[in-house]
Amino acid sequence: MSRPRWFSVRQELTPKRSRFLGVLAFMLPLALWSLFSYIPWLWHPMVKVTDPGDVDWMRAGLLINRHDFDKEVATAQLAHTHAPVGFRANPIYFPAPHAVIRSLYTAFTTAPVLKGDLWLHQSLWMSIQTIFWGFTISSVVGIPLGILCGSFIAISRLTEPFVDFVRYMPAPAFGALMVAIFGIQLEPKIAIIVIGTFFQQVLVVANTVRKVDCALIEAAQTLGSKRRQLVLRVIVPASLPDLYNDTRILLGWAWTYLIVAEVVGVSSGISFFINQQAKYRNFDNVYAAIIIIGILGLTIDQILAFVGHRLFPWKNPRPSRIRAFLGKLFGLRPASAEKPVQLLPQ
Amino acid sequence: MSEPLPDYRDQSPAVAARFAKIKERPVVLEIDRLGRQFPGEHGPVVALRDISFKVHRREFVCVIGPSGCGKSTLIRIIAGLDEPTSGRMLVDGKETSGPCPERGMVFQGYTLFPWLTVKKNVMFGLKMQGMDGGQADREARQWIDLVGLTRFADTYPAQLSGGMKQRTAIARALAANPRVLLMDEPFGALDAQTRAQMQSHLLEIWRNVDVTILFITHDLDEAIFLADRILVLKAHPGEVQEVIEVPVPRPRNLSQLNSPEFLATRRRLEELIHPRVDAHAHEHLPIIRLTQAGDDVE
Repeated sequence: MSRPRWFSVRQELTPKRSRFLGVLAFMLPLALWSLFSYIPWLWHPMVKVTDPGDVDWMRAGLLINRHDFDKEVATAQLAHTHAPVGFRANPIYFPAPHAVIRSLYTAFTTAPVLKGDLWLHQSLWMSIQTIFWGFTISSVVGIPLGILCGSFIAISRLTEPFVDFVRYMPAPAFGALMVAIFGIQLEPKIAIIVIGTFFQQVLVVANTVRKVDCALIEAAQTLGSKRRQLVLRVIVPASLPDLYNDTRILLGWAWTYLIVAEVVGVSSGISFFINQQAKYRNFDNVYAAIIIIGILGLTIDQILAFVGHRLFPWKNPRPSRIRAFLGKLFGLRPASAEKPVQLLPQ
Repeated sequence: MSEPLPDYRDQSPAVAARFAKIKERPVVLEIDRLGRQFPGEHGPVVALRDISFKVHRREFVCVIGPSGCGKSTLIRIIAGLDEPTSGRMLVDGKETSGPCPERGMVFQGYTLFPWLTVKKNVMFGLKMQGMDGGQADREARQWIDLVGLTRFADTYPAQLSGGMKQRTAIARALAANPRVLLMDEPFGALDAQTRAQMQSHLLEIWRNVDVTILFITHDLDEAIFLADRILVLKAHPGEVQEVIEVPVPRPRNLSQLNSPEFLATRRRLEELIHPRVDAHAHEHLPIIRLTQAGDDVE
């Protein structure tokens, strides 16, 4: 057999290649970043001064435009004075990978500058709380309402026009109002997340529920299911795996709303940390915080995906190892192992 | 064929006696002047008109007809999944409407609940009727044994073959203890071999269970092989064209497929469903020629 091709339309990759590409997905941007950070003749539009020479306005450690630096060097050479010395550098908003990786640790140890400001871990904890409560409140109301909308046309006609109307209002527009209602602490932020997710959630859930195969509902009716049972025993379990995935996707949206929510009232949380660090020009901390959000989101998503895989075994395209083992043990081969009919004793 | 076929209405004494016995049994399902119209662009479209028939207890009736004759509409109305625009339906002499477990249904598309194992699928109807878990479990096991899926009781439908899925669907419908089992082209999606197996299998089940079956199909052989009586519908509008008492004796087996009674019935069905094409019809064939001159195909 010839080696499988890397690029063939809709063909599965070998697990090894699949893993390799997954790693490459992160290595490629990192490599690009490293190139621009560590190769001095690539970009590097600034110069870091090591010796100011006779230029009186320069100091060692100053970061200046390369163009201005070259002019000063030329002037010094013409005047036969001591020329400044420096090396090419990147702007402060473009720290090198090693600096960011270091600050993934040091960001946690950077003491807050102002009294009342928070450490990074405290900021993160506040953000997680905001997301958790906002998303939980939204889901507790939104998912059941969405299920009802998807099940009963009357409820859908009653709620969806209004939900659609509010959905187009940007959640941050409610910021001032929420502060007036809920004060300046965590509550208005949670409210913004609820507003941002809830209305989308109702529609997304309703749509998912509507996709439940009508034939399943009809089959249940011929088996004696009444309205309540149709919703609870057929529609809900039939749409549960898709609802789970919807929830995963919506949780991502909630993280997006977090950034606008956190500037409402008293700024706090991870986005406030980012703003503060940017003000003090600690851009490596800014990157570290952004990367931490990414890592946190990806981790939660992967955990949810893994749990989902276990939760819905009938959806699992690959049988689990235990099931495969049991199958081998008892010689189960679903397609061919039909058994001759056994009849009830007369 | 050397000898001429007998008349499809000729019945051997045994078959005639069987039909006499069936007619003595009580009527389980009665359809009385049932009609169904759909709104259309140019006025209402009549899908079914004046359908009347009776099905006796433990009788096996097939409904057959050309596509578009409304046979699926008919069975959906009987199942309570569609409303008739006129006429009545009686089960055990009582007028009824709407879906109800007394009229169980097996669909062409299996419609098993994918999140439930075979056993839980079969238990579904029993649970709906309020039976407690333990007893439902025991009853479900019996039905699963009956359809030959004992080893697959804890398997999810996605892992079953088409034939096994349909067996599960039959067990699920029967477990709810229906008076009439409605089957809407249940073997239509199966390959020919599995279909033949399932037909014999269904007859075995029917022999062992007190249930009346109304079976929709477009397969002539399937109808003759399974049915006591065949209700032949015609299209536009859907009406009962003829009711045929199948003269093939029971128990049925595949060797009867070439018996004179079988072939005679089959010929009659063909006459009813595929009327002979007009001799001049070929003159109206399209003029486009797709073959080269001179390449004889026949």
